[in-house]
Amino acid sequence: MAGSNPNAKPMDLTLKVWRQRNRTADGQLVDYQVKNISPDMSFLEMLDVLNEDLLHKGEDPVAFDHDCREGICGSCNLYINGRAHGPEPGTTTCQLHMRKFKDGDTIVVEPWRAAAFPVNRDLSVDRSAFDRIIQAGGYVSVNTGGVPDANEIPVPKSIADRAFDAATCIGCGACVASCKNASAMLFVSAKVSQLALLPQGQVERKTRVENMVAQMDKEGFGACTNIGSCAAECPVGISLENIAILNREFLAAKATSNNLA
Amino acid sequence: MSWLSNALSSSIGRKIIMSITGLFLCSFLVIHLIGNLQLFKNDGGVAFNIYSHFMGTNPVIRTIEFVLLAGFVFHIYEAIALTGRNKAARGPQGYKVDNIGQNSPWQSRNMGLLGTIILIFLLVHLYNFFYRARFGDLDPDINSNDDLYTLVASSFKQWWYVLLYVLAQVALAYHLIHGFKSAFQTLGLTHRKYTPFITYFGYAFSIIVCAGFAAMPLYFFFLK
Amino acid sequence: MKLDAKIPEGPLAEKWEKHKFNVKLVNPANKRKYDVIVVGTGLAGASAAASLAELGYNVKAFSFHDSPRRAHSIAAQGGINAAKNYQNDGDSVFRLFYDTIKGGDYRAREANVYRLAQVSVNIIDQCVAQGVPFAREYGGLLANRSFGGAQVSRTFYARGQTGQQLLLGAYSALMRQIAYGKVKMYNRTEMLDLVVVDGQARGIITRNLITGEIQQHAAHAVVLATGGYGNVFYLSTNAKYSNATAAWRAHKKGALFANPCFTQIHPTCIPVSGDYQSKLTLMSESLRNDGRVWVPKTVEMAERLRKGEIRVSDIKEEDRDYFLERKYPAFGNLVPRDVASRNAKMMCDEGRGVGASGLAVFLDFSEIIQRIGVEGVSQKYGNLFAMYEKITDENPYEMPMRIYPAVHYTMGGLWVDYNLQTNVPGLYATGECNFSDHGANRLGASALMQGLADGYFVIPYTIGDYLANTPPKPVTTEHPAFQEAEAQVRERLQRFMGINGTRTPDEFHKALGHIMWEYCGMARNAEGLQHAKQAIQQLRKEFWSDLKVTGLNEELNQTLEKAGRVADFLELGELMVDDAYNRNESCGGHFREEYQTPEGEALRDDENYAYVAAWQYQGDNVPEVLHKEELTFENVKLTQRSYK
Ligand SMILES: Cc1cc2nc3c(=O)[nH]c(=O)nc-3n(C[C@H](O)[C@H](O)[C@H](O)COP(=O)(O)OP(=O)(O)OC[C@H]3O[C@@H](n4cnc5c(N)ncnc54)[C@H](O)[C@@H]3O)c2cc1C
Ligand code: HEM
Ligand code: SF4
Ligand code: FES
Repeated sequence: MAGSNPNAKPMDLTLKVWRQRNRTADGQLVDYQVKNISPDMSFLEMLDVLNEDLLHKGEDPVAFDHDCREGICGSCNLYINGRAHGPEPGTTTCQLHMRKFKDGDTIVVEPWRAAAFPVNRDLSVDRSAFDRIIQAGGYVSVNTGGVPDANEIPVPKSIADRAFDAATCIGCGACVASCKNASAMLFVSAKVSQLALLPQGQVERKTRVENMVAQMDKEGFGACTNIGSCAAECPVGISLENIAILNREFLAAKATSNNLA
Repeated sequence: MSWLSNALSSSIGRKIIMSITGLFLCSFLVIHLIGNLQLFKNDGGVAFNIYSHFMGTNPVIRTIEFVLLAGFVFHIYEAIALTGRNKAARGPQGYKVDNIGQNSPWQSRNMGLLGTIILIFLLVHLYNFFYRARFGDLDPDINSNDDLYTLVASSFKQWWYVLLYVLAQVALAYHLIHGFKSAFQTLGLTHRKYTPFITYFGYAFSIIVCAGFAAMPLYFFFLK
Repeated sequence: MKLDAKIPEGPLAEKWEKHKFNVKLVNPANKRKYDVIVVGTGLAGASAAASLAELGYNVKAFSFHDSPRRAHSIAAQGGINAAKNYQNDGDSVFRLFYDTIKGGDYRAREANVYRLAQVSVNIIDQCVAQGVPFAREYGGLLANRSFGGAQVSRTFYARGQTGQQLLLGAYSALMRQIAYGKVKMYNRTEMLDLVVVDGQARGIITRNLITGEIQQHAAHAVVLATGGYGNVFYLSTNAKYSNATAAWRAHKKGALFANPCFTQIHPTCIPVSGDYQSKLTLMSESLRNDGRVWVPKTVEMAERLRKGEIRVSDIKEEDRDYFLERKYPAFGNLVPRDVASRNAKMMCDEGRGVGASGLAVFLDFSEIIQRIGVEGVSQKYGNLFAMYEKITDENPYEMPMRIYPAVHYTMGGLWVDYNLQTNVPGLYATGECNFSDHGANRLGASALMQGLADGYFVIPYTIGDYLANTPPKPVTTEHPAFQEAEAQVRERLQRFMGINGTRTPDEFHKALGHIMWEYCGMARNAEGLQHAKQAIQQLRKEFWSDLKVTGLNEELNQTLEKAGRVADFLELGELMVDDAYNRNESCGGHFREEYQTPEGEALRDDENYAYVAAWQYQGDNVPEVLHKEELTFENVKLTQRSYK
């Protein structure tokens, strides 16, 4: 009863893992066998097993990003069998468990692919473009101190809930990775609509959306064509509605802001 | 006006042009379809030729023609610009294995392909009917209007021509099944109450309009 | 060495106000002449870096993560305390202070804790102004929930993702300062040593985790906000990368390490499922608001359950022992964490544990599900239930969760005075990295409060006091201390690469974790601790002769990163054992089996141990020297903690 299914048998798997030494090196898929994988393991624990094996053999372990292993930090980012974070909906790579695979399966593991997310090594990519987009305006400009009492800013619960739904984005980049256009619109829209919905976000509403979209374009992300892969793969269920809000905010800002640039 | 060109050349700006031109083209489709319904009239093409004469000579329509042309040009230009940008955004190395098909409908990922089919059709269509009606040497009908009807009727007796038309309408239907609702999303015109309606309406719209157009060659081929 | 906590004079409630008035200020035009290094950009670091930059200082911020938004703080679930008394249920600054001191089993400094309670209210204001979407009532005002160790509802929350929302708030403030050019952010950059020049902290040595490049950075002051060291135990609820290196390096450069043995074992975690397990997952304490903890009444029944002969539903209500409600009627399931954990362990030790290993107790939601329905429960705890199901493949709406205590938080850390300055001038420590406010046990929802209090509202004042006394001359890396520190760092990295043994860093880490959990975990005794000390020393020897690291330093090399962190854990672990051995009493999370009441509660020895144990490094393999900071309690009466 430890874990889940007492009858689940250990599995042997073939992995095809993208190996690439550094940003400029060429890479390729390399085959590995892993044996005796418990169905209760997480996908990353399975990779831990592979890495320990490799290390014992004197080979370089596979570099991959992870940290919390609870689905909240947004570090983990694997393209598994052609799907961002693997086949399970609403699940980060670290929360994907091996019970979703079968003995004898071949699993292809690749890094996120986007011009704006260069590969650091193997499966680890550089997502600092997301930080730069937030730097362009994903905040409310209040300094520490001198703010009103928290309850002086009432927010209707329904609005607060919607803002919260948008705010749960973990910045993993699965939306970019799974999008045919490598568009970052879901990520950007999540922040824009969170702050556009809340009273605190009103003062900078127009500049925020203008600047964040400009930075998004500058980073080389694609344009959204409303395909919906992003929302389908987003582990926390950020909805496409946010992209519509982003478009609306952008249109309104461009039409009415005083910004002539 | 640099703010305007900057806004319109941004990723969202380009999309907004796509959506406005796309919806404009949709409205054109409706007019075009209603007018062409004259083809089904059993009068040997008299009404249809009156209609086409009117369309070919009325100054208002002639002016709108240019707007329509601009609509197509912008729509197609932005389509190419966006597609280029979006291809580049993936980066030099694509996925070895990609199962994107498991998370999105086919037509939404193939708007460019569908658009290209429509474009090819459009060129053939324009050359055959529009060009020849306007600049060609059609015989007059009993009202001494150009007899476009006869040209249409004879064209639709050729099986490959009918096939091209029907295929193009299927492509257009898929283009619009995604495109119609997508345009509203692009313009930010979404609402929990109304978006489901827009989605259904777009679906019905695409099928009815395209079925209407496809019915014409089939009608001539099989029933005339 | 005489430890001076620099607690301001005067009545408790006025100390902080007075102190803020008395500290020296840096003239606004001069602020830009000062450089401050902030290592760590979790809640404590991001809030400090942003606030210092807003004031005008030049800040260089460092994080080994690829973005500040990934810091371990993101994982905090339950909430953040503040003495707002929005619920009109009798809360006050004094009550929060009192609860925290008592919850910490009277091993924290009164003045610090009082200040924490005072500024707690400002934190909520600040976060709301930033756009943090806290839970709200239908009227649009903020909602609260209750947490362990308190009888008022003072915990603000954002569903089960409070840490995420707070961190994203601090992160956005930090991003804004980066955009203004006031903060220079170094991501994927790990601090590997502290540079001390003429007795003052003046810089750090870092390694770029992508390129392996070693760099020197100089500043007028250094703030460490590098989090806790719970990962000494290998398995904990901490994020995988959380580590003690920054704090431990500073310790080896002279900073005292306080109360290292004070670790918190959290009662409600998902039990271990196999030896491949890489980390443990917390189920927020907020679940104890509505979940009821129980085990079967008899050992026989528990045994049959474990063997699968009967199912949970076969156990009748009267055969269930809701042991927390039975033993602590006043607080029930909401007793503090140390008490809840210890009781769960007691049940399992008695043989009444559940799950295949017998190392679990039930957390049962059937009552609340009956009361407010599945929909209502999912509103409150949906994401936690989903997480539980993902990991265990069991549906907690249908059968009770199985939970077991796991290492969660470290109350110990770098010793700091009232100004959050360590004994090394110019070196500050904030957040979980310091030892300051939680005594021997931290109450739920108080770590987020402390991290943000330190970063937003304390450091910006107290660091000014130090800088005002430092001439505004540029600092550079020219001093030989920088070259020396860099050489040491390089030499160490070379050593890891050169051993070429047979065991991986993870294997050593797991072995250390085993020792720590067995002998320095939920219950400790003198004999076990002595054994542990020897075992750790032995393991350390093996580490330095049998470690295996492949690859190069000049590239992304996660094995090399781990090796450095494990090397430090192997030293810190021994100090924890020493500290636990030294403290001949039980208090809070530190439970020495020799010292307990007849009912099995922690038995403090206020006569002899009402002090902070601050340890001073003496050199490799030389016993550390203990300094005591006596704790004086003028505003609360020391009593045997009772939650009955
Ligand atoms: C699962 C879980 C749930 C929790 N829930 C709650 C809760 O509900 N309420 C509550 O109050 N508390 C909770 N806590 C505790 C709380 O989250 C932490 O104590 C707190 O967030 C620590 O914040 P911090 O800023 O001190 O450190 P962290 O958030 O750990 O940040 C450390 C930072 O330091 C950096 N760093 C570390 N070492 C180095 C180095 N050598 N070089 C460069 N950078 C370095 C890291 O990159 C990171 O940016 C929870 C903890 C856990 C594990
Ligand atoms: C009658 C003809 C056409 C109509 C009615 C039409 C309509 C539309 C509509 C409504 C959209 C959705 C816009 C949006 O998502 O915001 C769209 C998208 C698109 N169209 Fe067309 N279109 C037509 C012809 C063409 C042609 C000829 C091409 C190509 C050469 C083309 C290429 C595209 C592409 C690539 C898209 C997707 C771009 C995106 O979604 O951003 N279309 N079209
Ligand atoms: S929107 Fe979803 S998929 Fe995209 S970064 Fe945020 S959490 Fe990840
Ligand atoms: S490791 Fe943090 S979300 Fe997966």
